[in-house]
Amino acid sequence: MSTPTVEKHSAALDAAEAGGTELITVTLRIRRFNPEEHADPVWVDYQLEMDPKERVLDALNKVKWEQDGTLTYRRSCAHGICGSDAMRINGRNRLACKTLIKDVNPEKPITVEAIKGLAVLKDLIVDMDPFFQAYKDVMPFLITEGNQPTRERLQSAEERERFDDTTKCILCAACTSSCPVFWNDGQYFGPAAIVNAHRFIFDSRDDAAEQRLEILNDREGVWRCRTTFNCSEACPRGIEVTKAIQEVKRALVTRRF
Amino acid sequence: MQIHQYDTVIVGAGGAGMRAAIESTQRSRTAVLTKLYPTRSHTGAAQGGMCAALANVEEDNWEWHTFDTVKGGDYLVDQDAAEIMCKEAIDAVLDLEKMGLPFSRTEQGRIDQRRFGGHSRNHGEAPVRRSCYAADRTGHMILQTLFQNCVKHGVEFFNEFYVLDLLINEGKTAGVVAYELATGEIHVFQAKAVVFASGGTGKMFKVTSNAHTLTGDGQAVALRRGLPLEDMEFFQFHPTGIWRMGILLTEGARGEGGILRNKDGERFMERYAPVMKDLASRDVCSRAIYSEIRAGRGCGPDGDHVYLDLTHLPPEQLDAKLPDITEFARTYLGIEPYTDPIPIQPTAHYAMGGIPTNVEGEVLANNTDIIPGLYAAGEVACVSVHGANRLGTNSLLDINVFGRRAGIAAAEYADKSGYVELPANPAEKVEAMIDGLRESTGTESVAQIRKELQESMDANASVYRTGDTLKQAVTDIAALKERYKNVAIQDKGMRYNTDLLEAVELGNLLDLAEVLAVSALAREESRGGHYREDFPTRDDVKFMQHTMAYQEVAADGTTSIRLDYKPVVTTRYQPMERKY
Repeated sequence: MSTPTVEKHSAALDAAEAGGTELITVTLRIRRFNPEEHADPVWVDYQLEMDPKERVLDALNKVKWEQDGTLTYRRSCAHGICGSDAMRINGRNRLACKTLIKDVNPEKPITVEAIKGLAVLKDLIVDMDPFFQAYKDVMPFLITEGNQPTRERLQSAEERERFDDTTKCILCAACTSSCPVFWNDGQYFGPAAIVNAHRFIFDSRDDAAEQRLEILNDREGVWRCRTTFNCSEACPRGIEVTKAIQEVKRALVTRRF
Repeated sequence: MQIHQYDTVIVGAGGAGMRAAIESTQRSRTAVLTKLYPTRSHTGAAQGGMCAALANVEEDNWEWHTFDTVKGGDYLVDQDAAEIMCKEAIDAVLDLEKMGLPFSRTEQGRIDQRRFGGHSRNHGEAPVRRSCYAADRTGHMILQTLFQNCVKHGVEFFNEFYVLDLLINEGKTAGVVAYELATGEIHVFQAKAVVFASGGTGKMFKVTSNAHTLTGDGQAVALRRGLPLEDMEFFQFHPTGIWRMGILLTEGARGEGGILRNKDGERFMERYAPVMKDLASRDVCSRAIYSEIRAGRGCGPDGDHVYLDLTHLPPEQLDAKLPDITEFARTYLGIEPYTDPIPIQPTAHYAMGGIPTNVEGEVLANNTDIIPGLYAAGEVACVSVHGANRLGTNSLLDINVFGRRAGIAAAEYADKSGYVELPANPAEKVEAMIDGLRESTGTESVAQIRKELQESMDANASVYRTGDTLKQAVTDIAALKERYKNVAIQDKGMRYNTDLLEAVELGNLLDLAEVLAVSALAREESRGGHYREDFPTRDDVKFMQHTMAYQEVAADGTTSIRLDYKPVVTTRYQPMERKY
């Protein structure tokens, strides 16, 4: 079992372990908005010395901690599992904590702005309440009929696998706020709510798929989706969001799930 | 200022807070005040699993689990509490399954179980498969499932409300005072029962698995209201954080067969823990890693880390069982864990200590008396089921078992009790603190003081400690606290003032770091996560007791820490030498 690993060193591992790193000068171009001070948003540039392997969140922290304490954004875990820091970076929805500087073309100014389709409250903070309301509307909890078993409900590994992808959702809103239909129509449930409906519709233990499908069969439901795949591209968890929406559409037609 | 009235107020919406809320909402009018949207809580970062002796895949029983918990905690665990936790673990897992949690399954469709550090068959004979899991995102699934059930039960959340004070009148709980982040407004919540479930305090360290938001808010509020904090010197360093970043890589990786190796490729844990090897308890593994580094066997150009090697495991197994942590390695290190070992180092992970409670979650005002109406559960609390070192997975268990118990107990207390009158000017203290920070013309920066605190704590109060390093920490913290009085913020606004929030959080961290360092300095022995190089053995005669730390305020306003001690509850297990 004690196979030496030192011989297995790849160039990638050597690079990861390299001690001193070259700092580069990065310009962060942030869309600032504070209605307490000014009615309109403004773009502000910040120059920073950063290790290109650091995260965009590290750059935002550096601005806040060293240059301008008024810069405001949400963040918590800083490694892509809490879903606090979805934002538009170079025009694309991403988590700032899961985006490395080197991957967003730091030779040019890196633009950072709030996600679209939800009201901006200050700088990068948006009103998340409509997003969570859509989530709540699809009844995102297990609904079962009949008596509860004494032990766990049985579920085969295959049945469990059926909805595995959609259990990964962290409710960051990167998908919903990347959707052109959602931008233009405040009523649409949006991809994240449908993902969470999918998670229960295809769970073999759940007995309320019909009810959820009826909710999504609504005028503002899944049929509004135009299959632009923005949501799948935006998902920081790699969920195949568009595919999940298609599966819900198919289930509505076939009533098989 | 607004005043609200609820039977029960829960502070925090991670696992413990939401588990409590599900119970208390069904029994009393409940408000949950949370600094973060509930699904942002750090319970979601837990990965490996939640242990319970379901015996789904091999023989097991809750008594073995209790023994492992007591031994893992180096005999500082209150054994009555550990017994309750390990017994109720089985129902806690089954309850979560019934709430919808998508556990990974066995061939027979039962909840699958895997090995985890320190969990053994028959009192240490061999590793046992006890951890119930959902791939390597068990915490995420617990947090989501609890939030889903809060939605189902109509739990009333006050999102982005930051609790800054606890109101006690004539020894009884009267409510809390909160700051609304969106508006800057102060809210007083009068409540018959209050449950603190606000999580840990890992941000006092530099290399940590903890979220930016884990700043010990509940502990600090309690401390400043004269309540003791128990066993704060015991802080867990998880062996496998991503090198320099501290991001957690689950112990489940070793449960699946992952191996720790030094620069020679040696499986060094065989020397430190001949039976459990890489699945020895976390304190043992973290010390072993630093011993290897100190002996010049660390990896990389500076020899300052070791490897977590998963390269011998089939890629299909990594994809199915450890998808998230392998992705972390790819994202943050740019390496491929199928073929590259992962550079790791111990990372500040979990506070074993906290607000002392009994097994009903009632908060203790001293060694014997409770504060009527006040409860705590989860990492903010110290029951104490983790003693000197928590076993892996027992935190997810703790939040579910004691979150539930505290929620029920609080609601039942509220049901049979009246409101305690609010003190005159209930928000006075909070308003003074907020105004002081907002109006300060000082010259010190929050970020700079926090950085210096974290560096001192990493250098002086982490895996290896001595009297000298701890004295250095105490000195550093005192100087930083002095400088903190002169701190100023740039954002003077009312709306989403996170600049102000970070300043308040730093004040909490400074107070709690002081408690940690003072408690650690006085504990002249080595036990579990507290290792003193100048006192390398456990001293059961002098120190088999819980530390109870109180903040004393002198007439001139200066504060100091007074230490007292509380006996450990021993039922079945007499202390033995701890070997893995």
